[in-house]
Amino acid sequence: MLELLPSGQPRIESLKMMGIVKRFPGVLANDHVNFEVNAGEVHALLGENGAGKSTLMRQLYGLYRPDEGEIILNGQPVHFRSPADAINAGIGMIHQHFMLVPTLTVAENVALGLKSSRGVQLDLDRVAQRIEELAKRYGLRVDPQAPVWTLAVGEQQRVEIIKALYRGAALLVLDEPTAVLTPQEVDDLFVTLKQMVTDGHALIFISHKLHEVLAISQRVTVLRDGRSVGTYPTGAMTKTELARLMVGREVVLQYNRKPVTPGEARLVIEDLTVAGDKGMDALHSVSLTVHAGEIVGLAGVSGNGQRELAQALAGLRSVSQGRVLLNGQDVTHTPPAARMAAGQASIPEERMREGAIRDFSVSENLILQDHARPPYSRRSFLDFKAIAERSAQLVESFRIKTPTLDTPIKTLSGGNIQKLILARELSRKPTVLIAAQPTRGVDIGACEYIHQRLLEQRELGTAILLISEDLDEIRALSDRIAVMYEGRIVGVVDGPTATAEDLGLMMAGVTHSGA
Amino acid sequence: MAEVAKTVQAPAPSSGGAAMVWRVVSGLIVPTLAVVTALVLGGVVIWLTSGGFGAPGEATQKTLAAYQGLLDGAFFNERSFSETIVATTPYILAGLSVAFAFKGGLFNIGAEGQYFLGAVSAAWVGYALPLPPVLHLLVALAAGFIGGGLWGAIPGYLKARTGAHEVIVTIMLNYIAFLLVDWLVNSPLRAPRSSAPKTPDILDTAMLPRFFPAPDRLHSGILVALFAVVIIWWFLNKTTLGFEIRTVGANRDAARYAGMNVTRIFVMAMGIAGGLAGLAGGVEVLGLQHNLPAFFSAGYGFDSIAIALLARTNPLGIVPAAFLFGALRNGADLMELRSGASKQIISVVQAMMLLFVAAPAIIRALYRLRAPKDAVKEAPLSRGWGG
Repeated sequence: MLELLPSGQPRIESLKMMGIVKRFPGVLANDHVNFEVNAGEVHALLGENGAGKSTLMRQLYGLYRPDEGEIILNGQPVHFRSPADAINAGIGMIHQHFMLVPTLTVAENVALGLKSSRGVQLDLDRVAQRIEELAKRYGLRVDPQAPVWTLAVGEQQRVEIIKALYRGAALLVLDEPTAVLTPQEVDDLFVTLKQMVTDGHALIFISHKLHEVLAISQRVTVLRDGRSVGTYPTGAMTKTELARLMVGREVVLQYNRKPVTPGEARLVIEDLTVAGDKGMDALHSVSLTVHAGEIVGLAGVSGNGQRELAQALAGLRSVSQGRVLLNGQDVTHTPPAARMAAGQASIPEERMREGAIRDFSVSENLILQDHARPPYSRRSFLDFKAIAERSAQLVESFRIKTPTLDTPIKTLSGGNIQKLILARELSRKPTVLIAAQPTRGVDIGACEYIHQRLLEQRELGTAILLISEDLDEIRALSDRIAVMYEGRIVGVVDGPTATAEDLGLMMAGVTHSGA
Repeated sequence: MAEVAKTVQAPAPSSGGAAMVWRVVSGLIVPTLAVVTALVLGGVVIWLTSGGFGAPGEATQKTLAAYQGLLDGAFFNERSFSETIVATTPYILAGLSVAFAFKGGLFNIGAEGQYFLGAVSAAWVGYALPLPPVLHLLVALAAGFIGGGLWGAIPGYLKARTGAHEVIVTIMLNYIAFLLVDWLVNSPLRAPRSSAPKTPDILDTAMLPRFFPAPDRLHSGILVALFAVVIIWWFLNKTTLGFEIRTVGANRDAARYAGMNVTRIFVMAMGIAGGLAGLAGGVEVLGLQHNLPAFFSAGYGFDSIAIALLARTNPLGIVPAAFLFGALRNGADLMELRSGASKQIISVVQAMMLLFVAAPAIIRALYRLRAPKDAVKEAPLSRGWGG
């Protein structure tokens, strides 16, 4: 007889994936991978994008079937044909992209797809009650009656966890759960996870953030190029060691920022007020200056006006007050093309929606902006020879991994798409670069590469505004850090000396006294 | 280390001829099977409606006679092939119109209305504007293009300025176009001394030459249509403007971010799409009718949506799809005559073709085909209706 969880579900004492092989046309995604997790344990799965983490987990969740190997649950071999089979066996998965219906309430989202205890009549009150029990036990503060669209990202994630627990998950797979959270929210999540472990859940924690892996897991398995490099007790590992195992070479975790004397003011934002999507002002009198040879980091919890600022600077959102000077030229109301011509480049926040086109090839994506200028075209005709030559150069010099130049980019990894966008933007030799979330969801190798390139641009004298929710990134790169809260800049501090605690407080709205 | 080693060193710009051929062939498998399956099921419908259960032998004979009639009517009877090409011509141009708009991310449901406007513009230039030979024909064709183009640009402009959805606007403009042209033909442009309401006959100088002596009606409009296909394919793939239209069609936000003027592209894409449908109407008047009667409606504009879908919005695919529709349309009469099966059966067959092309999973399940990796690409007209 198996022990029960507090929810009354049987525990998953052990899960073993043995010798898992999964082939896709031309790719060996999993090559005899072994992985196991036990009740009462957080087992981290570490690896770069494309290392085979997702493929492995999809086989566990019944989305793919392994070509070879076995999945053994509590000592019994199992064959999941669909996620429904996996859920019935007590496996839950928190996806990176939440699977919630925004217009429904929390309780409705949790009840979605489940049988009501009252037959044809809804039992949302019972669901809500059960949600509150779960919320209390695991510190998952959330209002069952709140519509999901009103919730912050961190709260939505809690709803996902509650959903999985409600469905009786004894083993939970968390796919990059911290990518969207503030440092404080990460702490909250870890409290929840620890409680779940104490209760006897088994947790698989997928991440490429090393300090989080070190903080939460008991064991860590590193995947590289589809193979498992090894399983280690977390206590015996260091960041540097893990990074080396994951990437297969020494990785620079601390950048060498050369001293650069900032030059003239390149991007001047004065008293900028901008309306948000719902008609209310999203930015209130924001002022900020970025000088040549300087990286100014803009920190803040997502949804505090960063997105609107980036769009206003790109010329895609109209400005109701204030002005923007680009190299001394007033561009407050000019369209995107004019700003580009004036030397501005931008890496948009949403790579696949704003920065690149899924169905277009690598070359086509590289010429999105300059297709109508030489060398890519002559008198309104595209010059395919020049396009192929330039694209090949960019692919090589930015180390974009792609089978051919004609490959649609939807088959590339996030890191490679981001490198492609970076290649396109930097090849325009910008004087001002606005980089929004440049490494979000990007693997450590590409992340390091992008950071090095940004620092290189700084040395070349580009003025860089780095908008990011990743505090580590902001602190590693910025000369100065501005913090946004509710559409205002609540403080600007010196980059190298800023502490995470100070920044965290400012991000929560506590005004910095020294600013 | 691993990363650098895996970086492609200046990859070959093209993926090779064999791969290209395979891509084309594999793209044709589902549409071809869709057509075959629809024809077989159409046969089943004929068999059932001919009393298949009561008198199976007789019903089978009728079914065979129906398809024999369809084939003879479309290809093998005297002048049948010419008539099939005559019907194919407007289908190509109107289908191209819908496919082109779709490349810009727009649904042109207004091809029928644009067709009317193109027809009336070409007819007016044809009879009222005496010009030297050749020039007259070119001006009349241009008038057809411009008439339809302006009509098509209206929804493009309204979408760009006010966000009005082009599906709604083009549908409404269709009704306005029918009534506008009806009024024109009934009163200001009506031929004097003619009993039926229609425009005067166009001048000989504006007529598209015919290939054979009467009564064969095969006219050189087919060359205009094929020329348009090549031009549109070339325009979309080789010019910067075509690139912009495809970019806007694939991802509006990214296009905006890249500095493209999306509103201008909307107007232009709908204008060119409307022009193509207008050209269809113009060619029909200049090549076939030689005047514009009231009740000119031929439904080419509406069938063109189906043709664009069957061709998966690929300009080159429009030609076989339009030919298929032309043949079915042309063969339907003889099919009915020979077998007594209603010619509405053809609509059933066409609907099934579309169903199978729009839902390729059915075909793949039926023939145990493997799903392609990018299944999203398969049903281009099924996405984005909400936008």
